[in-house]
This record gives sequence, C-alpha cells and structure tokens, in this order.
Amino acid sequence: MSGKLFKARHAMGPVVRGPALVANDGFSARYDLDRIKGIFSRPAHKLAGKSYVGKILVLDTAKGGVATAWMLHEMKSRGIVPLALVFNSVNPILAQGAALGDVAMLAGFDEDITASVPDGAEVEVNPQEKWLRLV
Amino acid sequence: MKLNDEEQDILAGKAGPLPREALRHQIKVGEFFGAAGFVAVTQAHIMADTESLGEAGVRWLEGLAATSEGQRKVRVPTITDPRGTDFAHAHLLGQTSAMLDLERRTIAAFETLGVAMTNTCINYQTIQAPTRNEHTAFGDTGVVIYANSVCGARSNFEGGPSALSAGLTGRTPRYGFHLPEMRRGSLRIQVDHTPTTLNGWGALGGVIGRLAGNYWAVPVIEGIEGAARSDQLKHFGASMASFGSIALYHIVGLTPEAAKLSDIAASDLPLHRVTKADVEALQKSYHTDTEVDVVVFSAPQLSLYELGDLAALCDGRTFSVPLLAVTSPQVKPDCDRMGYTARIESAGGHVLSGMCFYQSYAREISEARGWKRLATNSAKLVNILGGYGYRPMLASMETCVDAAVSGKMVRT
Repeated sequence: MSGKLFKARHAMGPVVRGPALVANDGFSARYDLDRIKGIFSRPAHKLAGKSYVGKILVLDTAKGGVATAWMLHEMKSRGIVPLALVFNSVNPILAQGAALGDVAMLAGFDEDITASVPDGAEVEVNPQEKWLRLV
Repeated sequence: MKLNDEEQDILAGKAGPLPREALRHQIKVGEFFGAAGFVAVTQAHIMADTESLGEAGVRWLEGLAATSEGQRKVRVPTITDPRGTDFAHAHLLGQTSAMLDLERRTIAAFETLGVAMTNTCINYQTIQAPTRNEHTAFGDTGVVIYANSVCGARSNFEGGPSALSAGLTGRTPRYGFHLPEMRRGSLRIQVDHTPTTLNGWGALGGVIGRLAGNYWAVPVIEGIEGAARSDQLKHFGASMASFGSIALYHIVGLTPEAAKLSDIAASDLPLHRVTKADVEALQKSYHTDTEVDVVVFSAPQLSLYELGDLAALCDGRTFSVPLLAVTSPQVKPDCDRMGYTARIESAGGHVLSGMCFYQSYAREISEARGWKRLATNSAKLVNILGGYGYRPMLASMETCVDAAVSGKMVRT
C-alpha cells in the first residue's frame, strides 16, 4: 500500500485496479480505435496496434468528436472497454461517456500523468478519493 | 450542485422517471466539472448514429421510449444530427439490413420521445441559428464551435446522452463555455494569409486545432482578411474541433465577441504564428496516393451553395469512380428543385441526404465496396478516416472532381 500516489481534481466511477497503457497522445473512441478488435487502429497514434481491453488508459487529452459519449457504453456492453480512463485533461464528451458507461475516470493532475506512470505498471484508480496509485 | 425548486422536484420524480434519470446523469457530469448549478437551454441537438450507439445504445433508447405516455417527451425543441444511412442509397454504401434495422428502431424511439428527426449537422444553416448569449445543448462538435464562435451562443460539447438529457430537463450543467470567463482567449494565433478554398479553410482550422491542443483552449485569431462566408467558417471550425477538440475560437474584427483583441484576450497571451507553409504542410501530409477509389464531399453536410458549385464542376464530365455528395434533408429538396442533383447524377455522381459519411459505418463501407483511397475537400473527414482504415486525401473540390473523372489524384 506504499506506492506513489497522484491526486486528481476530477473523478467519477468505480474503484478499479489493473495494468496501465500509457502514451503522451490524445484519445477519441471514433478516431483512434478498432472497437471490434479492441485495439488502437489509427496508424499515427502512439498506441497503434495495442489492445486497450481491460487496461487503465493513461493519456494526455481528449480529441475529436462526440461519439465517445455513446461508444464507451457500447464497448462496455460487449466487454471490449478500457478499465479506466486517466487523462491530463478531458473534454465533456469523455465525462458524459464515462457517466453513461459507468467507467472509472480521473483527470487534472499537478504533474504530467503520462510521464509519471510507467507503461505496463500495475495501478489502482480510486475515483471516490480522487487518486491513482502505483501498486 | 445547487438545485432550484424545480430541479429538486425533477430529482424527486415529480416530473416523471425520464427527467429524473436525465437530471441524475447531468448532475454526475456537472459535479465532475465543478458546476455550481444548471442553466436553462432553448434547444438541444443530439448526435446518435447507430454505429456509435450499437445494439446497447439502441436498447437504452428504446427503454426510455417505453416510458408511459405523457411522461416521455422532451420539453425544449430537440433535433438530431445525421443518421447512419440514407435509406434510398444504402445499397450504394453496401450497408446491411441489420444496420438499417438499427436505424429504424432508433428513429422510432426518438420520435416517441418527441425528438424532431432533422438529421443535420448544419442546423445553424438550415434549421435555426442560435443568437448571441443563447444557451443551448448542442451535439456535433462542428455545430458547437460554429454556434459558440460565429453566433456567440453558449454550448459545451453535448454527447448524445447528455443532449437528450438536456431536451428532457430543459437545462444543462453550467460549466465550461456557458461561463463568460471560460470564453476568453487562451492563446493568440497570427496568420499570414487568408484561405480561399474550403479545403484551405479546413486545413487552417486543423493547424490551429493541433496548436491549441485541448477542449479548454480558446484560440484568438488575427490576420484574417475580409468577411469569411458561412461555408468557409463551417469547414474552418469543424476541422479545428476535429483536430483539437476545440469548441470556441475568436477572429478579431469578425466574430461577435471579438470586435477588438482586448475584448476577449489579455495582451500577454502566448503568440503563435501560422504561415501559409504550415497550412500547405498539413494538406501535403494527406497526399498519400495517386489513385482514387471514391470521392466524398461530406463532413459537414453540404450547403445549397456548395452543391451549386459542385453541379457546375460536373457539367459535361463522366466519372470513372463513385462520387458522393452528402447534404441535409432540408437542403436536398432545393438541390433537386434547382436541378443540381440531376447535373451531378448526369456525370455519374450521387447526392445523399440525412447522413454523414464517417457516421455511417465507414469501416464496413470500405470493406463492402473496396474503397480505401478516398479523396475529399473536407479536412475533418481526412482526420477521422485514418482510424477507419482509409487512405484519405485532401484536395480542392475542383481537384476531387477531376479525380472522379480520371481515377487519379493530379495535384498542381
């Protein structure tokens, strides 16, 4: 229980624990994902080809349009969904999608969270207490 | 969040189960962003294509629509973004009966909820443009950025569930661009030229969107000459929103809140220069092939003026690859009546309405029709379609029409 802890200003959703998938890049479910295969599909994305299923995504910011508000809910219904979304900043769409899909989300850190969490690290996300902890 | 008496009644279920659930959803989002309370909205606009909804989303909507008669109608005018098909052209897109069934179920659910199926992403050109300081709950990022920036209205990006919630409660959480202090500029952009083509405006919007970088940034743009037309700002904003998730910009001397720089920005804001070379570089990054499988004009839907320009370019031509022009159900009858549709079809093109290409199962269309190399004048569309497996190419409307004739992308 002594791993480094990062406090967030914005939070919602359930407490979860799992492996982090980290990149200093943006995120849009429509623009970046193959939601059938459960991988990042946009060739220019830093996580292109990697599976996001069951991962705690640690990224910089939300990009693109409004579809993510529906798509998180749709992906969750098929079990092809990230475990949590952890961003330096989010737009309303990601928050609305997380609210509908009941997906854990943290945003707003004092440090660049993508530089603070090692890719592949086991992390715990606690939206009730607004923190992420390296396990 | 602080709730007034009416909102407390809604939360207590006195207005029925749908407004109660809608308000609960809005409170979750509002508290996430630290909203102090709600603001009344005059209209809502819902993005809900079935590729995004999936079976789960359609069932969710049908569950809402199953609420008792008299308790399930939206309480402010609520309209829709493009659907996932044009039923009359579904065969051309290679769409399946399962996709069309989802669309029909979605339409039935929305109609039961009292939503008007306008199916347009250019409602500011075709339905009713909002006025300055009007609070709205608009979906579709291109609609929001145009309404905020060009009209001076006030909206955040409202995804489908939240826009529908706003329709059902008549309000939205007061945060983000509903607040005057959030509408002030956060970075200055000095441009050294004013585009003349729609793809040029889109590319400039893309460069600025990338520079600004996130939803909360508000670019203040200087150096634009003359009075931009609505279609130019349509492509400019839609692209900026797509590349950068930007919801509001100001153009000094042009947009309503920025008569002069000091109206909306401190003088010491970081200054970025965007050159003609920067804009050309973005366009060249989408020069990915010399062969073309399909030409698409969409994202945003075309205005009557754009369709008139396209019809003129089609006269006397014969296309060797498919050309699709996508517009709204409001514009399509005029396009037919003015003879534009017939002229485009005479060359072998197609005019579709009520959908948008990227919202219509773009990946499945590609697989069904073998379309990979796609030419368009929409910077927004090229930004989106890479993730769907396309090789999108950005060029002027004239060059795209030439490509539809020859099957080759010839750039000058």
